[in-house]
Amino acid sequence: MQPANLLLLTLVLAIVAYWLGYARSRSLAMPLGGIRHLKSLPFYYGARAALWSGIPALIVLGLWAAFQGKVIQLIVIGGLPDGMMPASQGEASLLLSKISNVASGALPPGFAEAPIVDAAERLKALQAQSRLLMSALVISVAVLAGFLGWLRIRPRLNARAQVESILKWVFFACAALAILTTVGIIFSVAFETFRFFEKVPFTEFFFGSHWSPQTALRADQVASQGAFGMIPLFTGTLLISAIAMTVAVPVGLLSAIYLSEYAGKKVRGVVKPLLEMLAGIPTVVYGFFAALTVAPFISDLAASMGIEASSQSALAAGAVMGIMIIPFVSSLSDDVINAVPQAMRDGSLALGATQSETMKKVIFPAALPGIMGGILLAVSRAIGETMIVVMAAGLAANLTANPLETVTTVTVQIVTLLTGDQEFDSAKTLAAFALGAMLFLATLLLNVIALKIVRKYREQYD
Amino acid sequence: MNSVNTTIASEVSQPDEVAVPVQESKPAETVIEEGKTVGKPFSDDPKFKLRDVDVFYGDTRAIKQISLDIGRNEVIAFIGPSGCGKSTFLRCLNRMNDSIDICRVKGSLHLDDHDIYDPKRDVVELRARVGMVFQKPNPFPKSIYDNVAYGPRIHGLANRKSDLDEIVENSLRKAGLWEEVKDRLDANATGMSGGQQQRLCIARAIAVSPEVVLMDEPCSALDPIATAKVEELIAELSESYTIVIVTHSMQQAARVSHRTAYFHLGHLVEVNETNKVFTSPEHELTESYITGRFG
Repeated sequence: MQPANLLLLTLVLAIVAYWLGYARSRSLAMPLGGIRHLKSLPFYYGARAALWSGIPALIVLGLWAAFQGKVIQLIVIGGLPDGMMPASQGEASLLLSKISNVASGALPPGFAEAPIVDAAERLKALQAQSRLLMSALVISVAVLAGFLGWLRIRPRLNARAQVESILKWVFFACAALAILTTVGIIFSVAFETFRFFEKVPFTEFFFGSHWSPQTALRADQVASQGAFGMIPLFTGTLLISAIAMTVAVPVGLLSAIYLSEYAGKKVRGVVKPLLEMLAGIPTVVYGFFAALTVAPFISDLAASMGIEASSQSALAAGAVMGIMIIPFVSSLSDDVINAVPQAMRDGSLALGATQSETMKKVIFPAALPGIMGGILLAVSRAIGETMIVVMAAGLAANLTANPLETVTTVTVQIVTLLTGDQEFDSAKTLAAFALGAMLFLATLLLNVIALKIVRKYREQYD
Repeated sequence: MNSVNTTIASEVSQPDEVAVPVQESKPAETVIEEGKTVGKPFSDDPKFKLRDVDVFYGDTRAIKQISLDIGRNEVIAFIGPSGCGKSTFLRCLNRMNDSIDICRVKGSLHLDDHDIYDPKRDVVELRARVGMVFQKPNPFPKSIYDNVAYGPRIHGLANRKSDLDEIVENSLRKAGLWEEVKDRLDANATGMSGGQQQRLCIARAIAVSPEVVLMDEPCSALDPIATAKVEELIAELSESYTIVIVTHSMQQAARVSHRTAYFHLGHLVEVNETNKVFTSPEHELTESYITGRFG
């Protein structure tokens, strides 16, 4: 049986266990004079029986599905004649894919050596056996455990507390999954980063001011040496983020103030969703808006004023990115400003302050920590943004502070380094992971600071 | 607020509809005549002259045809059951109702013969003359000094730092807070006790030298000791300010006010000298309220 079908069957068995448990608890309760003589409601006895049946079966199913492939491979490889034993891991995986191709019929048996065909047969047989064994095991575990759970139903059994504690572990497992994924990402990036630093010195990466990751592919190839200084990339990122924030912060903040303090209910009901829609536009769309509309406009404008500007510029990418980020700033600031108690406004207005004085002197200072938190979250969004920059700011790693020049960012370089066929033992490819790690650290730091500030702010008003 | 209104209203109207013999003392029999107030609603030297005031929240009529004078340097207390409109009426006097979109005020309201609701009226100037203290202490999350200096700063009352220092000190002294806080004027006001915060709010209100101070249940969030201090303060302030105080405590009204006004369901039922209201009320509803039969 296929694992997917088996999963369905397990669920069905759990439901059956639920009804049996439910019915048994009721029939046990009847002679006692009704379900109020049970320790828990019949629902909990049913749920407990279902959990007893379902959870062990699912664990067995998960473990089997996770390890069967590896085990079968080992057996198949081990069964090969001595002469064909793979010497390295690469060879082994090559051999395995050949075997499985034969087994699946993609490669006619006539094209492969006899031992491979034998191995393919063995593979097929093993897979069938494994599937059969798995089905038998899972079903018997489900039935047996469900039966045990059913058998142990007593009127005095506190099924409610047991279900509660099992559910607690289920919730914990879900939370742990998210954390484990993050940890997995960190590790995968970290290992490649270490490998990168084996090839490229630390100092070059951190302090080098030249980025040109082209290395020779073959020993005899004439190519540039490759330079891996991350400074131009990070300055490019900072430049574009700074431009984006100079657009997003004033516009976002002032529109938040307008929405929360001045706009009537009707206006707010229309404007706020429209503003938030900006966040829903795909970044690719922003990208071609920046590349096809804003960038040429800027270079034409600069040319008409006699300033030299390239057709792709940091300014174009940054400005459009700023527009994209406006809702981040405005939405968060709006929430924070609304959270300032009405009593503060009343207090200030009653002293004869105007609305804007109240805003400037009372509400804004009170909301400032929260607004700062929102801005920092927006910054980490700006740093991570890729698509707009790819399309509108170019790829040249210039070390410049001139917003009219072409620059590139960390994320864009990661994309260009990793798109297409890549070999995973060259410094060029590994550099992407090192950049990713740096970016991760930078945004992590920003997020931690932002969350700290936001939390501190929350304590003030609760 | 509405639900309170309707429960009282149903109590009032029930005996008319149901043919059950009603006990004589029940206030429910009383019909309030709109715009008619017993006692002494008018004054010879009015600070506020309020005539035929109606207030609407959307379609709900919260204040019904109230006419009242508030005398110069008088302390007048507004009492009445919850939802009777006393706070709403109070907030008309410095136009704090303006910030509520659905609120409309009708009638003639004059402060020293100037129309409060004149469309050309400068609300900022009005509020500088008519200060307000709220139910819950609402100091700004700033230093004690900055809280008191807030009003004088926005109105440009001080030319020099030393002038401002003086205003702050005087206001805090008048509010009876100076001795307690003079060594920590830079401390954040939100760290003070509730009673201190409320006295700070009073100091903040009088720092702009208003002529009138409106107080909306200023002691309802305070403990008895802090309440006593604030009441003492009201008595002192009454020498130089006109004070309008909304309160749920009849003892407080009796202690601090010269005149007391009893509100019921948006009507102003009775206004009279405080001791008269509490010893020999003229209106049945007033009597029922002060003897604790409802409210």
